Amino acid sequence: MNKIISKENFSANVVKFVVEAPLIAKARRAGHFVMVRVGEKGERIPLTIADADVERGTITLVIQRTGVSSTKICALEAGDYITDMVGPLGKATHIENFGTVVCACGGVGTAPMMPIVAALKKAGNRVITVLAARTKDLIILEEQMRENSDEVIIMTDDGSYGNKGLVTNGVESVIQREKVDLCVTIGPAIMMKFVSELTRKYNVPTVASLNTIMVDGTGMCGACRVTIGGKTRFVCVDGPEFDAHQVDFDEMLMRLGGYREQEKEEMERKVLHKK
Amino acid sequence: MTKRDDTWRVELRAQMKAKERTNLHRVEMPELDSEYRSHIRNEEVNLGLTPQMAIQEAHRCLDCANPTCMDGCPVNINIPGFIKNIERGEFLEAAKVLKETSALPAVCGRVCPQERQCEAQCIHVKMNKESVAIGHLERFAADYERESGQISVPETAPANGMKVAVVGSGPAGLSFAGDMAKLGYEVHVFEALHEIGGVLKYGIPEFRLPNHIVDVEIDNLRQMGVRFMNNCIIGKTIAIHELEQDGFQGIFVASGAGLPRFMNIKGENLVGVMSSNEYLTRVNLMDAANPDSDTPVYKGKKVAVIGGGNTAMDSVRTARRLGAEKAIIVYRRSEEEMPARREEVIHAKSEGIDFMTLHNPIEYIGNESGRVTHMVLQVMQLGEPDESGRRSPVEVPGKTVTVEVDEVIVSVGVSPNPLLAQSTPELQTSKRGTLVVNEDTLQSVSMPVIFAGGDIVRGGATVILAMGDGRRAAKAMDEWIKSKLK
Ligand SMILES: Cc1cc2nc3c(=O)[nH]c(=O)nc-3n(C[C@H](O)[C@H](O)[C@H](O)COP(=O)(O)OP(=O)(O)OC[C@H]3O[C@@H](n4cnc5c(N)ncnc54)[C@H](O)[C@@H]3O)c2cc1C
Ligand SMILES: Cc1cc2nc3c(=O)[nH]c(=O)nc-3n(C[C@H](O)[C@H](O)[C@H](O)COP(=O)(O)OP(=O)(O)OC[C@H]3O[C@@H](n4cnc5c(N)ncnc54)[C@H](O)[C@@H]3O)c2cc1C
Ligand code: SF4
Ligand code: SF4
Ligand code: FES
Repeated sequence: MNKIISKENFSANVVKFVVEAPLIAKARRAGHFVMVRVGEKGERIPLTIADADVERGTITLVIQRTGVSSTKICALEAGDYITDMVGPLGKATHIENFGTVVCACGGVGTAPMMPIVAALKKAGNRVITVLAARTKDLIILEEQMRENSDEVIIMTDDGSYGNKGLVTNGVESVIQREKVDLCVTIGPAIMMKFVSELTRKYNVPTVASLNTIMVDGTGMCGACRVTIGGKTRFVCVDGPEFDAHQVDFDEMLMRLGGYREQEKEEMERKVLHKK
Repeated sequence: MTKRDDTWRVELRAQMKAKERTNLHRVEMPELDSEYRSHIRNEEVNLGLTPQMAIQEAHRCLDCANPTCMDGCPVNINIPGFIKNIERGEFLEAAKVLKETSALPAVCGRVCPQERQCEAQCIHVKMNKESVAIGHLERFAADYERESGQISVPETAPANGMKVAVVGSGPAGLSFAGDMAKLGYEVHVFEALHEIGGVLKYGIPEFRLPNHIVDVEIDNLRQMGVRFMNNCIIGKTIAIHELEQDGFQGIFVASGAGLPRFMNIKGENLVGVMSSNEYLTRVNLMDAANPDSDTPVYKGKKVAVIGGGNTAMDSVRTARRLGAEKAIIVYRRSEEEMPARREEVIHAKSEGIDFMTLHNPIEYIGNESGRVTHMVLQVMQLGEPDESGRRSPVEVPGKTVTVEVDEVIVSVGVSPNPLLAQSTPELQTSKRGTLVVNEDTLQSVSMPVIFAGGDIVRGGATVILAMGDGRRAAKAMDEWIKSKLK
């Protein structure tokens, strides 16, 4: 049981929690995640540790509502408890001074990108963050990203905010403009696939943080497996970050959809029609 | 401790001629109707012996001067000692005899591969008769004690002021914890998952080993002062050296063999193909088949399970219970070589499971959305015996069959869980990833503060071996800590 110390609504669908977890706060590095479960019938879902305060013994989670489990967590308030939380899991992000780094994120990837942007900046990189969404209202964490980036480029599909276009247009504009030493991308698999294809064309080394389906998060089940350079790897213990150019994104996309029908049905039954 | 020349045992032996005893028929374990149970997920298949049945079965045991059955038991349970107590109706005494050696008799009575251990060595078998039902009797005595409400919490020595850590709460960790608590140590058990019990909880299904039986044992340990911390991964949440700094005098690593193996064949990452660990974890740990649970699970209609071990049987029988019209075991050797307990194979068959032995998958085929629709099986035949002593499977050249499936559960073995070793480079491991320990003391050869046992040392093994390791390690660690302090 982990107590929620504070809750802040970043936008309609994004919540920031500060949660008591002294051991995890002490052990975690940027890029690590936790597995979280709410309620005795709850599902275990992975969430990136966005920040930690060792002295206060807390970690920060930034959660976007997507389905049943994330909605349940987002409904908790300060003072409530998270039933189970375990971590830190995964390999930490490899942080060093690479030079110029483009961080391309969107959708579900924006929250987990935040701590990486902050760590890269702290290590002395020139950080250019490309923040993408379908439309203006879905742009989240802009302010937080600005605090830790040298430049933030906003991309919206409909042009309602920032530049009109996809995340790849933003990344390409930077690559064409200046020398980029590394690209980091987190978001829906389809987005990462296109970012990866783009940077491959320009020979820019690229890291993708993969958000596969997970059950235990400790290497026990293999639900999170992906193919990297022709080999099967487990995202929860071998990742979540991999050389994007080696990732079989088509397979990952296929596997992510594996439980879509059940998820949709659960969402309708448990969240939408409940009230 | 009961001895063979105790007066009551001498008298009991004299009550019936050996010949009469051997002529009695072995009791049949009452079980749920096979059609009924193949749709019911949470009811135990074996119903347990009645006291009358147990007493009658106990009569079959000859109380041998040289009880060979004990040689077959990896922890040398005093088998005639407990069985004769059942024969004279002293069921609680029988349970006590079991507990001298086994920390989890209700569990082992249910899940030990008896037909290859104690029962294989029973004198009856040498006389071409069915062995005494040692496992059924063990289960009976343990269940009787638990249900009598007179379960005795073992006495613990006065606190000795020293604390020890246990990594993992499976049978190895639990039995170690019990023994160390008895010796007066402050015992802290750390478990990565949110549930205590290891494979006994997340792996073996309710229909074979009800969770409440494991919970009773865990509660007992709590009453003995053992502390459990779930959601804590040693090597991730807390490092080994931090445990040392915190004053833990010894650390018993019982982290199991939780890493599922795949076959690395084409199509294995299709949707609907998964490890038995994933499948069983979803159903057992996450209760995914319950509509109230948020965790999803596939309920395939045509399910193939690859493998012939206990895990494969548990998976295929679970699939059947979740509504599979066709549930198939695909195994590359013949039934004779199957590592699963005999009883599970028989139960599986009576529940309508199909067995495709001498078949081995070589490819899975999927549809446009990436879901598995077919498996291609290579037909095999038996060749010369291999290192395991079993006849090895060899391909019948060019012969394959293609079978329609909508779910495939891969159950071809597990490897040691690598989390701890990865984060503790000083810890010596073998090529297979198992921890290297002294065979007698179970002490790590590279880090003396660490002892290890169960599947993390043996690879996938059995509950009784894990439990035996826990007890041996407790004894050795206690001696080591005491010698350190001298
Ligand atoms: C290592 C890792 C770190 C993560 N960190 C964060 C984080 O910091 N903050 C955060 O909000 N989310 C994060 N996620 C994603 C988060 O775990 C999922 O959003 C969550 O599991 C969804 O569960 P649900 O029951 O709410 O939705 P579901 O009902 O499971 O899914 C709802 C919809 O979202 C889609 N979806 C589900 N999971 C994902 C996913 N992983 N990626 C893309 N689409 C998905 C489904 O296909 C479905 O259409 C992370 C994922 C991973 C693997
Ligand atoms: C489905 C299935 C059916 C089986 N059926 C039988 C049977 O019928 N008969 C039989 O004798 N055997 C059977 N076995 C095998 C038997 O269950 C195992 O041999 C036995 O459980 C091993 O015990 P253990 O204590 O070594 O490890 P486990 O029971 O695997 O427990 C290890 C525990 O350690 C935890 N852990 C791992 N790493 C860490 C860490 N770093 N920090 C904290 N905790 C950690 C794990 O989460 C787990 O709970 C079966 C196994 C399976 C999977
Ligand atoms: S512990 Fe297992 S092998 Fe030993 S007597 Fe009991 S059932 Fe037989
Ligand atoms: S070998 Fe068989 S008959 Fe003899 S003591 Fe053991 S169980 Fe009894
Ligand atoms: S989530 Fe189970 S192995 Fe990665």
